[in-house]
Amino acid sequence: MLQGYFKSILFIVFFFTGATSLYAQIEVCENCSYSSIKKAVAEARSGDTIHIKKGTYRENKIIIDKPLYLKGYDYPVIDGLKKADIINVFADSVRISGIKLINVGASYTEDYAAIRVSKAKNFILEDLILEKIFFGIYLEKASDGIVRNNKILGDAVSEHNSGNGIQLWYSKRITVKENLIQKVRDGIYLEFADHCIIEDNISKDNLRYGLHFMFSNDDAYAQNVFENNGAGVAVMFSKRIEMRANQFRYNWGTASYGLLLKEINDAEIVENIFEENTTGINIEGSNRVNYLKNTFKNNGWAVKVRGACYENKFLENNFLYNSFDVSYNSKLNNNLFLNNYWSSYTGYDLDEDGFGDVPYRPVKLFSYIVNRTPETIILMRSLFVDIIDFSEKVSPVFTPDNLVDKAPLMRKK
Amino acid sequence: MLKILKYSFFDLIRSRWSYVYLLFYLLLSFVLLFLNQDLSKAVITLMNVIIILVPLIGTIFGVMYYYNSKEFTELLLAQPVKRSSIFLGQYLGVALSLVMSLVLGLGIPFVFYGLFQSSAIWNFSLLLITGAMLTFIFTALAFNIALYNENKIKGFSYAILLWLFLAVIYDGLFLMSLIVFETYPLDKFTLIATTFNPIDLSRILILLKLDIAALLGYTGAVFQKFFGTNLGLFAALSTLMVWVVLPVLNIARKAKKKDF
Repeated sequence: MLQGYFKSILFIVFFFTGATSLYAQIEVCENCSYSSIKKAVAEARSGDTIHIKKGTYRENKIIIDKPLYLKGYDYPVIDGLKKADIINVFADSVRISGIKLINVGASYTEDYAAIRVSKAKNFILEDLILEKIFFGIYLEKASDGIVRNNKILGDAVSEHNSGNGIQLWYSKRITVKENLIQKVRDGIYLEFADHCIIEDNISKDNLRYGLHFMFSNDDAYAQNVFENNGAGVAVMFSKRIEMRANQFRYNWGTASYGLLLKEINDAEIVENIFEENTTGINIEGSNRVNYLKNTFKNNGWAVKVRGACYENKFLENNFLYNSFDVSYNSKLNNNLFLNNYWSSYTGYDLDEDGFGDVPYRPVKLFSYIVNRTPETIILMRSLFVDIIDFSEKVSPVFTPDNLVDKAPLMRKK
Repeated sequence: MLKILKYSFFDLIRSRWSYVYLLFYLLLSFVLLFLNQDLSKAVITLMNVIIILVPLIGTIFGVMYYYNSKEFTELLLAQPVKRSSIFLGQYLGVALSLVMSLVLGLGIPFVFYGLFQSSAIWNFSLLLITGAMLTFIFTALAFNIALYNENKIKGFSYAILLWLFLAVIYDGLFLMSLIVFETYPLDKFTLIATTFNPIDLSRILILLKLDIAALLGYTGAVFQKFFGTNLGLFAALSTLMVWVVLPVLNIARKAKKKDF
């Protein structure tokens, strides 16, 4: 086994040292033999490296149809002159790094992007700066690629004439990491994208969603920060998504959620932090989802369960100072709440095993009333509301009576 | 008026009840801060306490003081002093001494625990302003009740009833009406209905600090504008001002006409 590894490493080393001598190094700058990237790309052979020196290149529709490495030095600027795509990649094994791309064309009929990768494999897009874009990086039917450490800064004003930061469409096994995405429509958008990994990205101030899943299965996203997006993060119509250690913050508004789950099955939501959102998680039609060790802090509603949600488990989460911990709109409950910490729990722990002896009811009568008549929210924290909440707590009539945390934690995790 | 104010004020701060009141707040805030070092959390807890307790104490103290000093008042009325200045002097004396107990009782522990270095100072000032406003409002309402009722027992019961009504019953009726008329557009009605209750107004000031995330969850342009901007804060504070001014004017008016 070990020998096998060694052999393959040796092979790779030889292969690449051979490659550098075999493949040409092409320089592009204002006074070089190539002053146009398009021309350099057209005349390069497979496997060549194109070194792009500092300067401004007014070009668009640069079509890469063979394996190439486009390497920028001191961030050369490619100005797309607001016409079309800037770079189109149609070949496998393309690597682009260290370039600044600006002025992508905007259109109501075509999705122009700074970099479009079509039907290609094994690409790497890294250390890029994208500004004044329509779509940023658009991957269609691409696979096994890496998009990392890019800065994407849009100037989107309204949803209908803006594009997404990173869009994955019918793409497989893509890794998107350490990117910073700001002020576009959707920060990262996945549609029919399977087995992708999204991690360590920061997506904020976007018009619509920080991250948006549609019909994408078996993906994972972890350690991302989603902040102040128009509608938070939406995960819809997808299966087996893993969401771990992300931060969802400051998504305020009537249709704004930390995390919106719609038709999600068999997902894992672990160790995420939801802070100061109007709604922490909004759940609709989602089954067999495990919520473990998440922290919900200072949200309006920590968890809003809409309907058709079965077999979900909420274990060992922290619910801290939310206006409403859990809101339900039906009397039926098939979900399990166990061993969570609730900051508004008032029970005691006589046997000192760390779990409260009195069950906690996370759904208050008032949250039921607010669901029915939203204007009543103005009576929150009124003494009268506390009194009716208390009486409902003693004998539940309107809220699901089996919705209890039988052993709430006494201390937060 | 100032002389009477001074007399009432010093009379009250020498009395046992002012000290009890002061001690209560001292103890409450010290215990809260001792259990939970976080100043802003303590402010939030105190806000909840204050909107219920301050009106109660204000009403009871106001009524009590009026009836207790009735003989002295009658003595004063025989002197060449303006009636309005007698009653307003007494009113301000009571209200100011209560406000002083509140400010000192809450202020000393918070300063002790480093209020000036903390970001909670704005919330704390809001807490003190709300508390002071509520004291002025409910003491004035209590004086009104006492002026209209010669009978001590009746006066006391009306005062307590007033507190109960504004603190609990009003919200109950409000909630019922919202649910009954839920098919109608209610957001304007809701905002107007809150202005008729000073306790609700103070509660909204707290909500604006505490539950703004949840408040913004409601779909309605009027709410959005009210809560999303500083409009809510200013509207609530200025309506509270109106609530102080109107009962005080009525004290002056009633005092002029009343037969003793």
